[in-house]
Amino acid sequence: MTDMTASPSGALATDARLRARLRQRKRKQVILQGLGLGAISFAGLMLFILVASLVSTGYKAVTQTHLTVEVFVDPQEISVDKLPRGGFRDVLAAALIKEFPDMAEAGRKDLRALTGVYSNGAQFRLRDMIVADPGLIGQTVTLTVPVSDPFDQLQKDLIKRETPQAQRRVDDRQIAWFDTLAERGMISEPINWGLLTNADSRFPELAGLKGALVGSFWALLVCFAISFPVGIGAAIYLEEFAPKNRMSDIIEVNINNLAAVPSVVFGLLALAVFLGWFGLPRSAPLVGGMTLALMTMPTIIISTRAALKAVPPSIREAALGVGASRHQVVFGHVLPLAMPGVMTGTIIGLAQALGETAPLLLIGMNAFITSAPGTPLDSATALPTQIFIWADSPERGFVSRTSAAILVLLGFLVMMNGIAIYLRNKFERSW
Amino acid sequence: MTSIAFLALFAISIIGYVWNITAVNAIRKGGNRLHSLGYFHGMYAFLVSFIPVFVVILLWLLLQGPVIEWIVAGGLPAGEYDGLGTGEQQLVMAEIKSIARGTIFGEPEEWKIAAAERLTRLYTLSSRAMLIAVVALGLGLMFLSRSKVSAEFRARHGVEHIVSGLMIFCATTAVFVTIGIVASLLFETLKFFDKVSVSEFLFGTNWEPQIPLREDQVAAEGAFGWLPVILGTLVITAVALFIAVPVGLMSAIYLNEFAPCRLRAVVKPALEILAGVPTVVYGFFAVLTVAPAIRAFGAQIGIDVAPNTALAAGGVMGIMLIPFISSFTDDALSAVPRTLSDGALGLGATRAEMVTTVLFPAAIPGIVGGVLLAVSRAIGETMIVVMAAGLIAKMTLNPLDSVTTVTVQIVTLLIGDTSFDNPKTLAAFALGMMLFIVTLIINIFAIRIVRKYREAYD
Amino acid sequence: MYDTSISEKTVTQNSIKFSARNVQVHYGDTHAIKDVSVDIEDKTVTAFIGPSGCGKSTFLRCLNRMNDTIDICRVEGDIRLDGQDIYDKRVDPVQLRAKVGMVFQKPNPFPKSIYDNVAYGPKIHGLARNKADLDEIVERALRRGAIWDEVKDRLNEPGTGLSGGQQQRLCIARAVATEPEVLLMDEPCSALDPIATSQVEELMDELRKNYSLVIVTHSMQQAARVSQKTAFFHLGNLVEFGETGQIFTNPQDERTESYITGRIG
Repeated sequence: MTDMTASPSGALATDARLRARLRQRKRKQVILQGLGLGAISFAGLMLFILVASLVSTGYKAVTQTHLTVEVFVDPQEISVDKLPRGGFRDVLAAALIKEFPDMAEAGRKDLRALTGVYSNGAQFRLRDMIVADPGLIGQTVTLTVPVSDPFDQLQKDLIKRETPQAQRRVDDRQIAWFDTLAERGMISEPINWGLLTNADSRFPELAGLKGALVGSFWALLVCFAISFPVGIGAAIYLEEFAPKNRMSDIIEVNINNLAAVPSVVFGLLALAVFLGWFGLPRSAPLVGGMTLALMTMPTIIISTRAALKAVPPSIREAALGVGASRHQVVFGHVLPLAMPGVMTGTIIGLAQALGETAPLLLIGMNAFITSAPGTPLDSATALPTQIFIWADSPERGFVSRTSAAILVLLGFLVMMNGIAIYLRNKFERSW
Repeated sequence: MTSIAFLALFAISIIGYVWNITAVNAIRKGGNRLHSLGYFHGMYAFLVSFIPVFVVILLWLLLQGPVIEWIVAGGLPAGEYDGLGTGEQQLVMAEIKSIARGTIFGEPEEWKIAAAERLTRLYTLSSRAMLIAVVALGLGLMFLSRSKVSAEFRARHGVEHIVSGLMIFCATTAVFVTIGIVASLLFETLKFFDKVSVSEFLFGTNWEPQIPLREDQVAAEGAFGWLPVILGTLVITAVALFIAVPVGLMSAIYLNEFAPCRLRAVVKPALEILAGVPTVVYGFFAVLTVAPAIRAFGAQIGIDVAPNTALAAGGVMGIMLIPFISSFTDDALSAVPRTLSDGALGLGATRAEMVTTVLFPAAIPGIVGGVLLAVSRAIGETMIVVMAAGLIAKMTLNPLDSVTTVTVQIVTLLIGDTSFDNPKTLAAFALGMMLFIVTLIINIFAIRIVRKYREAYD
Repeated sequence: MYDTSISEKTVTQNSIKFSARNVQVHYGDTHAIKDVSVDIEDKTVTAFIGPSGCGKSTFLRCLNRMNDTIDICRVEGDIRLDGQDIYDKRVDPVQLRAKVGMVFQKPNPFPKSIYDNVAYGPKIHGLARNKADLDEIVERALRRGAIWDEVKDRLNEPGTGLSGGQQQRLCIARAVATEPEVLLMDEPCSALDPIATSQVEELMDELRKNYSLVIVTHSMQQAARVSQKTAFFHLGNLVEFGETGQIFTNPQDERTESYITGRIG
């Protein structure tokens, strides 16, 4: 605002004491505004650092280093009648020895250092290929497989070559081999679709989110199937039909309190009741979904009630006036009009459920499971619990994968909230 | 078999619906006027057969497991099963079940294989019986509702009664959930207090649940005193509020009173993003970025900071709570009538004076309610502390040190094995009980303050 | 040198206090005030009348720049207080509002004690040197607000506990306490019962001795009872401005006549 040192003459002029006082008052205003801006900048900075630290570590997991080798499927090692067993590992080793002939006579330890380039999953990839098409035996196939985590990190410069040999996980010899392979054009770095299409694995280069995504999907489906009808039913009853008595008050207070109960307590409830008393299976998305439903229900009830409240009474009176029953009014007129608000609240509730971790940990959805669940009763992880597992893993390669998984999770959340906002803006009407 | 039962249920309900409607049409052709529309007669048939049968299926599925196990256990040779402890009984049962599924490890005893066969037979029997029960009951109800179709029958009232009943059931679920929480916590907590005395738990200053204890040693060791755990929780909560309250407050005040429209349009969604980030992400952020940063900073100025310092967990929790506090403050400030701030401005107060002398004092009750809710959030927050706080309980107030919290203990005690009879597992429930009580008291108090405050200005 | 105009104006009776020329107000896209020019005299009650939404309140709020608090509001034209442009960049609205007090439609005592309510203005403007000084200012303001006798024994009770009429007189006392030269009143009696209204109207007549009063009202009877000058606003235009008696008995514009006889409004 204006500094009053150059105060104009006339009615608004005042003596020096008051002007000095005014300056002081203005200074206080500036300080308060400064504090406010500082607070906002702090919050913004934290959000920025959060996103920046996730992106800067997570983008490394967008690609995965692969090795392309010509593999001769030696009939001596692999035969049709023994499938799916066979010397796949030796066949793969032979393919590398072909590249480095001086290693042919090397000892077992040295050979292991060389074949360490392969991901542990390479032999299974080869096995699956041959089981699918036994005709490949005796031929030479071109195989592109992920390299193991240390070499992936070497390629991405996460393991620095300057570091003394003793302090890094690949020795100088391995670096030399790797560089030679790279010179021969056998190393590539394609997009890491495995992150989405693989299930979990102990080996970072093979670990993916498929199991977690499917698990989260089942859990959310169960959560929706339970919390949506029950939440809407409860909200309609409380808002449109419930008599104003003690019972309604108790229910009302109950719902408000339930919305603020710590999530871990719901986990304890699920553990004791669903697993302990009902004997439902551990780690199952069904149980996870039921637990999440209990937590989502208050959110849906509260937002549905708000949406019903927003429908003006004139609509109800108009319908009642032409002789509709109260049920017909509510289900025929009020609920359809409130539906956009209900959907918005539900999607936001589901988005919260998708990010919820603690109760899922307690019912065992943090198990190590290497295949995606087929039904809601199979053991599974969920997206947030998978993040928790990876964050806890000691392998360096999991750091970038955790960040990438978080970005995937945040992507889903942004999408869901985006849909909710879109619905709200598109169908919102002012009465 | 289960899916066939559900299919049968749907089929019967839909047939009932169609049948009743055809019946209604026949009556109408006869020239009679009906009380209710045909649709309601159809819905009546649908609901009358669907709901009871659905409940029967659910109950059957829920109860058949325990009942069959009980029968199988009863049929086991004397001395092999009944003399065992609960844990061993569970193991035997698990083995029988896995044999029944076809996964056999080693050479199981003869009686186990027999039991497994019995188990499989009973399950088949049970699911067949269920299907028969479903069809019989469903058809019976269908005929019942068909027999009611007449010109005078008030099908609409019937349907509305059923729907109302369903809605009341939905509304009371919230109460059932609360009862379920209290019951399950109470049940396990009482078992815990059988093994550890109440005073030991409430006033003990030593928390070492990981040490394997012989049953008779528990009380003497005194390793289940929750004081250091709750103290750690409070330290982290204090750190979190120390960050969240001033930042949240000031940003809400600025956004509400000073910010230009365009800034508000950017910052509000940003705060909402911050509020929507799952806590597991904040936990990872604490471990990946904040804790190392604090440690590095501590090393630079020569202070020794524990690797999982309360400062990192609390600080990140504070960041998580910023949008929470700011949105409550925002609501509280907006609830103060505009006439009050106009009055102050009209007297020649600067905006800052108006905020500090009129607006803020008037909004304090609402803000206090919000801060209380934030406290309960911080106490109950789990993932950030599980990932970033420590595991060892210490009686310390130093935020640089590593402390543990109630929620961390609950999760670490329950991850992995969960047999319900050792004090370690039960201790988690006792902690959960305390957590529930503490947060419930704070919540009730806070919600009451917020509501009263809203009423004051409505 | 700053004080010359103040001393001059005390000599001349009924000098021009506010002079507004070609004032335009826009709310976003709405043109709320169209080209209004008016002179407001000292020691006079000027009433703004007109149908609701005609812009009379908006114009009133221009006089102490309360419209500044609304982001989308834009004021153009020339408004002078004692010859000085109040929208001049160098004029601080804070200082202006100390000189041009305002009383609002709904009584809005702060949730503080009666004493603190009245002392609020003097405190922020630093008008009192010590506690005794402040006590004196508060008492004088409450006496001027014609409420002293009712509240003198309970100055420490909250102002929100008073009745509606008392609250409004408290707000007037609060506005008077900063020693303004002009008092703006935005429908000050619309939330009050008839008895409280007549008390406030009496008070206005009393205040006229020391201040220039501008009131917005939609009660024509009230305008006729308390004002000496009346301005009739319609759809953002100032239709007619003149002696109250003349406006009510012999309006020049037919819109004014229609409004006064109850045909529009």
